[in-house]
Amino acid sequence: MTALLIAQIVLTLFVFFMLLNSAAVMVYVERKVAAQLQQRIGPSLVGWKGVLQPLADIIKLMFKENLRPAAADPLLFALAPIIAATCAFAAFAVVPFGGETTLFGWLPEGIRLQVADVNVAILVVFAVASMGVYGIVLAGWSSNSKYSLLGGLRSSAQMISYELSYGLALASVLLLANSLSLTDIVNRQGGSWWHVLPRWYVFLQPVGFLVYMTAGIAETNRAPFDFPEAEQELVAGYHTEYSSMTFAMFFMAEYINMVTVSAVATDLFLGGWHGPFLPASLGWIWFLIKVSAILFFYVWMRWTLPRYRYDQLMAFGWKVLLPVAVINLLVTAAGVLYFGI
Amino acid sequence: MGSESALFHLFGAIAIIASLLVIAQKNPIYSVLLLIASFGALSGLYVLLDAPFVAVIQIIVYAGAIMVLFLFVVMLLNAPHEDTEHDLEVHPLLRGGPLRAGALLAAALFVELTWALTKGGGESGGFPGAAVTSVAAIGRSLFTDYAFAFEVTSILILVAMVGAVVLARREPGTK
Repeated sequence: MTALLIAQIVLTLFVFFMLLNSAAVMVYVERKVAAQLQQRIGPSLVGWKGVLQPLADIIKLMFKENLRPAAADPLLFALAPIIAATCAFAAFAVVPFGGETTLFGWLPEGIRLQVADVNVAILVVFAVASMGVYGIVLAGWSSNSKYSLLGGLRSSAQMISYELSYGLALASVLLLANSLSLTDIVNRQGGSWWHVLPRWYVFLQPVGFLVYMTAGIAETNRAPFDFPEAEQELVAGYHTEYSSMTFAMFFMAEYINMVTVSAVATDLFLGGWHGPFLPASLGWIWFLIKVSAILFFYVWMRWTLPRYRYDQLMAFGWKVLLPVAVINLLVTAAGVLYFGI
Repeated sequence: MGSESALFHLFGAIAIIASLLVIAQKNPIYSVLLLIASFGALSGLYVLLDAPFVAVIQIIVYAGAIMVLFLFVVMLLNAPHEDTEHDLEVHPLLRGGPLRAGALLAAALFVELTWALTKGGGESGGFPGAAVTSVAAIGRSLFTDYAFAFEVTSILILVAMVGAVVLARREPGTK
C-alpha cells in the first residue's frame, strides 16, 4: 500500500516536471523548425546546437523586472497568469499516457500511468480547458490597455465559437467508445482490423479528427488562429503588459495546453499507447511518438499558414466547422444505432 | 466521513459567501468572477454527492460557457462601476420603479424557498433520483421518464434563440 502511494506521488511529480520540461522543449523545437522552414539556422550558440537556449531564456526572464501598469487592476492582474498556468497543468491530470505498469516488478500491483483515473475524464479535460480562458480574458481586462482588452475579447469570442465544435467532435468519439473514461476509450482501440489496420478511431472518425484538430488550434490560440495575441495587429494581445515570469507563465500555459490537446487527440483518435513491435509495458514510447508527431504538425501549421482575418475565423467556426461537427455526430449516432459499429 | 462533512461545510461556505459577495460588488467584473467561484463550490458539492457527471457539466455549461459570455458582455460594455445615481443611502425597498419590484420578488422567493425546504421530510428524506449517478442512467431517465420536460425545454430554448435573432437583426435599409 505504501509503495503504491509513494509511486503515485512520484508519478504526479513526474508528470508535473515533464509538463514543465515539455514547454521548454517545445520552445526550442518551435524555434528550430521555424528556422528550418525559413532557411535560417535558429538558436545555435547556447549549448550543442543551441539546445540550452530555453534554459538561457528562463534565466533571462527570471532576472527581468516585473512591471505592472499603474492603471491596472492589481488583484486580477496578478491572478490572471496563475489561472492560466493552473488550468494548463490541471487538465493533464486525467490524461492517461500508458497502460498499467509494475515498474519492472518493483511494485506489488500495477499502477496506471495517469495521475487521476476519473470516470468522466474526457469531460474534465474539457471543463478545465474552458476555465483556462479566464486567465487570458482577465489578463486582457485587468491590464487596462486597449490592445490587451481586444486580445481578451477576441479570446472569449473565439472560445465560445470553437468550444461547441470541439465538444461535438469529442461526443462522436464517445458514441463509438460508449464510455467517458479516457482509459476505456484507449483500451477499445487495441488490436487491428484484418491484422493490418490498427483499430484507431481516426479511421472511423476522420471528420471528427479534422474538426478536433482545427478546433484544438483555436483553443490553444495557435496560428493560423492566434488572434488573441496577433502581434501585427495587437502588439502582443492579452499579455502585452506582462513581463518577466508572469509573461513566462502565459507562454508556458500555451505550450502545455498544446501538449494536452495533442495527448487527448492521441488518446481519442490515435489509439493512445497501443502500437506494434513494442511490449505493452513500453506503450508509453508509442504515446510519446504520437504526441510528438501531432505537436510537430502544430508547429508546422503555424509557420506555413498565414493568419486568417477575424471575421473569417468567426464565419468558419459557425458556418463550416459547427455544421460539419453536427452532421458528423448525427451520422455517427445513426451508424452506432443501425450497424452497431 | 469526517473529511467529507468538512469538505461539505467548506464548499457550502464558499458558495454562500461568494454568492453574497456577488451582489455586494460595485465592479461587475468581480461579480462575474465571484459567481464563477460560487459555481465551482457547487460543483464540489455535486462531487461529494457522488454525481461527478453533474459536477463537470456544471463547470462546462455554467462556469465555462455562460459566464464567458457574461464576462464578454461586461467587458464589451466596459462599465467599471455601477450607476450610482441612486445613492446607497436609500434602502432598496424604498426606492422607486423596477428596484422595488425586484426587492419584492426576492422577498417572495425567500418565503417560497423557506416554505418548500421546511415542508420536506427533514434530513433523512432521501430524494428518489439520488441513486442515479452513471451517465447512461441519466440519459435513460432523461429520454423516458422526463422526455416531455426535456422536449419542452428544448422548444423554450429554440424560442429564446429565435427571439434573440429577431431582436439583434437589423432591418434592411436601416443603420
